[in-house]
Amino acid sequence: MRALKAEAVMSEEPKSASTPVPEAANVPTFVTEDVCVFYGQKQALTNVSLSINKNEVTSLIGPSGCGKSTYLRCLNRMNDTIDICRVTGNILLDGTDVYSKDIDVVHLRARVGMVFQKPNPFPKSIYENVAYGPRVHGIARGKDELDEIVLTSLEKAGLLKEVKDRLQEPGTGLSGGQQQRLCIARAVAVQPEVILMDEPCSALDPIATARIEELIDELRVNYTIVIVTHSMQQAARVSQRTGFFHLGELVECGETEQIFTNPKDERTQGYITGRFG
Amino acid sequence: MSNTASTPSVTGVLDNRRASAAVVSSLKRRYAAEKRFRAYGMIAVGFALIFLIFLFTDIIGKGLPAFTQTMIRLDVTLYPQDLNPEGVTDHEQLLKVLSTANYRNIIVQAITDLFPDVTSRSDRRALVGLVSPGATFDIRRQVMAAEEAGRSLIGHRVRILVHASDDIDQLEKGHISVDVAEAERRVSDREIEWFHRLKERGLIETTFNTTLFTAGDSRSPELAGLWGAVVGSFWTMLVTLALSFPLAVGAAVYLEEFAPKNKWTQLIEVNINNLAAVPSIVFGLLGLAVFLNFFGLPRSAPLVGGMVLALITLPTIIIASRAALKSVPPSIREAALGVGASKVQTVFHHVLPLAMPGMLTGTIIGMAQALGETAPLLMIGMVAFIVDIPGGPLDPATVMPVQIFLWSDLPERAFVERASAAIMVLLGFLIVMNALAVLLRKRFERKW
Repeated sequence: MRALKAEAVMSEEPKSASTPVPEAANVPTFVTEDVCVFYGQKQALTNVSLSINKNEVTSLIGPSGCGKSTYLRCLNRMNDTIDICRVTGNILLDGTDVYSKDIDVVHLRARVGMVFQKPNPFPKSIYENVAYGPRVHGIARGKDELDEIVLTSLEKAGLLKEVKDRLQEPGTGLSGGQQQRLCIARAVAVQPEVILMDEPCSALDPIATARIEELIDELRVNYTIVIVTHSMQQAARVSQRTGFFHLGELVECGETEQIFTNPKDERTQGYITGRFG
Repeated sequence: MSNTASTPSVTGVLDNRRASAAVVSSLKRRYAAEKRFRAYGMIAVGFALIFLIFLFTDIIGKGLPAFTQTMIRLDVTLYPQDLNPEGVTDHEQLLKVLSTANYRNIIVQAITDLFPDVTSRSDRRALVGLVSPGATFDIRRQVMAAEEAGRSLIGHRVRILVHASDDIDQLEKGHISVDVAEAERRVSDREIEWFHRLKERGLIETTFNTTLFTAGDSRSPELAGLWGAVVGSFWTMLVTLALSFPLAVGAAVYLEEFAPKNKWTQLIEVNINNLAAVPSIVFGLLGLAVFLNFFGLPRSAPLVGGMVLALITLPTIIIASRAALKSVPPSIREAALGVGASKVQTVFHHVLPLAMPGMLTGTIIGMAQALGETAPLLMIGMVAFIVDIPGGPLDPATVMPVQIFLWSDLPERAFVERASAAIMVLLGFLIVMNALAVLLRKRFERKW
């Protein structure tokens, strides 16, 4: 089964065509208008306007240093941790600007979870890794409910079967792919509306990658997902919409199928056909 | 490999044969440089080892004899008229009387009984001088202990071990040469003769020097102990730890995780690093001016000593703690922030626990440094002669390195060996603390 899946991953053919976009699509969760990001004097993003639809996977592609990760990190204000970073423009989550006074950054990050490039489980037990989020937010009422949240989250991240007998063992002892799924479970446990994924598979082998991609497709039913990826095949496989970034600008954004088969901009064309990047 | 013969035009500066020849000719020189450098290193290590061995043999050679003490076995008759002249019968009362009774007469009687031929007044005084002035305590301790246990010794004749005077102790240990002219040594010919007569009768004994580990300081070397200084050091270190650890960790966490990175924090950082290099006596002066003169805190107290030492250890712990915080990978911070932990939660739930081993290592190193510190304590009066064992951080006290300093300053030969013994004890503490730091580092070392 796994080998078959891996084979499917290897094939270049876009898979998203076979996954129909849900009915409820085109309801934007995030709307960003003219987002500019500066690192000190240097401008990293210029006037990015992009909508991210509910219950869809939006992938952001582009060559290294094009600003796609920077953009992703604006969505849950992870850029706040960088002192010299300055963001202008509007980033609206359900109509409210995330940088406005009405939104608290801790609450925002509870609503918009994140999975990082390198699997980064806490050096604690598997259980504690998943339970940490609900615990700091006080989501669970009592031990039983917390247990349930942890197990459900692990189940949703497709990890439960592999770890249910060793929940008290350290999360750092898992394999790379399992660690990344643990990180997804950790994000899911907070019950966010959106999950941001910053190159979640770049440190994983093709089999683990296939497993995560499958998972992303399952998670789409309940969550809005934004994924940054270096792999165009991955973008084609998992996403419904794709945005192509180049030199800090959003060159083109649209249905994944359209971007990969009939790009409007010649830079997109050049990138997806491998002429640069 | 390209062939220069086939392309004769490419010669000049880019001739590979010439380059190769140059490499070969320089090889010897390069290897010689490496060998030279290795040799310098070996010589330096060798020198260091020789000095270390020299230092240790000197200290241990001098200090080891201090762990034994020469004792004199005396048959004493505990006459009631000496111990209980008023004939008190009540138990409590009797104990009180016994604790202040005149044991000196008993000693004098016992020792003169051994030498009936010594009659002149000055000779008899010299004879009594064979025994330490502390011998009275030896007897009192035994009498009181027996009385409390209900087996009164009053009226009995008992065989008792008493401390010999320091000169006799040194004579027994062979530190006083008999070949020197009588006027130039601390024991006279007749004292030596008496000593030998005691020895012949088997009344001289060498025992383990428990006094050294149970008593406070004394003017008589044979009665002087290190325990007062050890307890003083303990209270001082306790105050130092209680003040410097939370302050330093707090400062490190604030500077590393919360403070904005600007000119002011840079200035603070530079100052903290420089503070670690300030001569410790300057901190002593500060303690004298601020803690004693301005705030009027007690002189010679471990509280003040601890406060001064805390100032000295703060930069050490702050620098180590900041390094430990820096070594926690940013991915852990991102992970915590990513699930919506606040900044404080991120730091206290994740970053601090991971940095803690490094912080503890720094703290132990800082405490070891404070334990060996002498100069600043001289300024705040911890150099006083203190006999009592301090009972708390407000009692006058001294610390181990200051005790060593005090003893090494005294003329008696027996104090020299006690100073060396104290150095050994201090080194022992330092080795244990450093070993603990290494162990901690090894145990919790984390590979990312």
